Amino acid sequence: MITKKPKVLAISSGGGHWVQLLRLRPAFDGADVVYATVKSEYRLDVGDAEFRVIHDGNRFQKIALLKSAISIAFILLVEKPDLVISTGAAPGYFAVRFGKLLGMKTIWVDSVANADELSMSGQKAGECVDLWLTQWPHLAKEGGPSFFGSVIS
Amino acid sequence: MIFVTVGTDQPFDRMVRVIDSWAAERGRTDIFAQIGEGGWEPQAFPYANYLSPPDFMERFRQARVIVAHAGMGTILSALHHGKPILVMPKKASLGEQRNEHQLATARRLNEMGKIHVAFDEAELRVKLDHLDEMIAKDSIAPFASPGLIDGLRGFIHQEARA
Repeated sequence: MITKKPKVLAISSGGGHWVQLLRLRPAFDGADVVYATVKSEYRLDVGDAEFRVIHDGNRFQKIALLKSAISIAFILLVEKPDLVISTGAAPGYFAVRFGKLLGMKTIWVDSVANADELSMSGQKAGECVDLWLTQWPHLAKEGGPSFFGSVIS
Repeated sequence: MIFVTVGTDQPFDRMVRVIDSWAAERGRTDIFAQIGEGGWEPQAFPYANYLSPPDFMERFRQARVIVAHAGMGTILSALHHGKPILVMPKKASLGEQRNEHQLATARRLNEMGKIHVAFDEAELRVKLDHLDEMIAKDSIAPFASPGLIDGLRGFIHQEARA
């Protein structure tokens, strides 16, 4: 049997979300991974790996949010990954939402910064991901996110 | 060298003002700060509004200790590089953030013994005087915990076969 390498789109906004996504890199061993985030300077963080830049946006800036959504939809259509994984925030939500609509498998790893409750995007992502994770054991529950571990180890 | 960072383009005057007056009072000049856009400009030490990721990393490497907002990117970088870090959480109740996740993060990581925390200006002022004795808490591995890595890898390959 010939098994093809899964193609993964690993996508997040900047700052802490991106730092956390990078800490998941060994999980993509054996897969073809394309990274996407909001700052072109972050390219240096992934070495030779495939890297795309998306528009940033948050739920308080409508135009920026729309541009962000379009840039993400475009990358999904061009790259056609088998799986989409995100650590947040708004751009990650768009990616898993659109990815699901396009028949891709989707994973949400809620930011470790959300220690008392899931983020807004993390709550909404729960409805459209195949694997829904929190990084805090006390936030895992039946019908809610699961806990596998944390980026802080 | 003390590296002060507010992490993003949003200023954090409540923290920067305390550090500025402390530096002036104690005659400290071994400080560099990244302060965001449009906020209080420190008088006692040099600063930049924004630092590119490579410049940020260089300042980080040169620092003996980090004083920062409770942003996860900054905290993870400090833990990874084994630098002592003192954080002050930005508060949504004061309009500095959209929700209280920095407060929650600071509390939990403080309980786990990973970081030093000043919850308000008075506590920051006191802890700044002890900055030189502050040592790094346990550093962290370069990647996420094996449970998270293996769980994700397993899911990725199982779904790819399905």
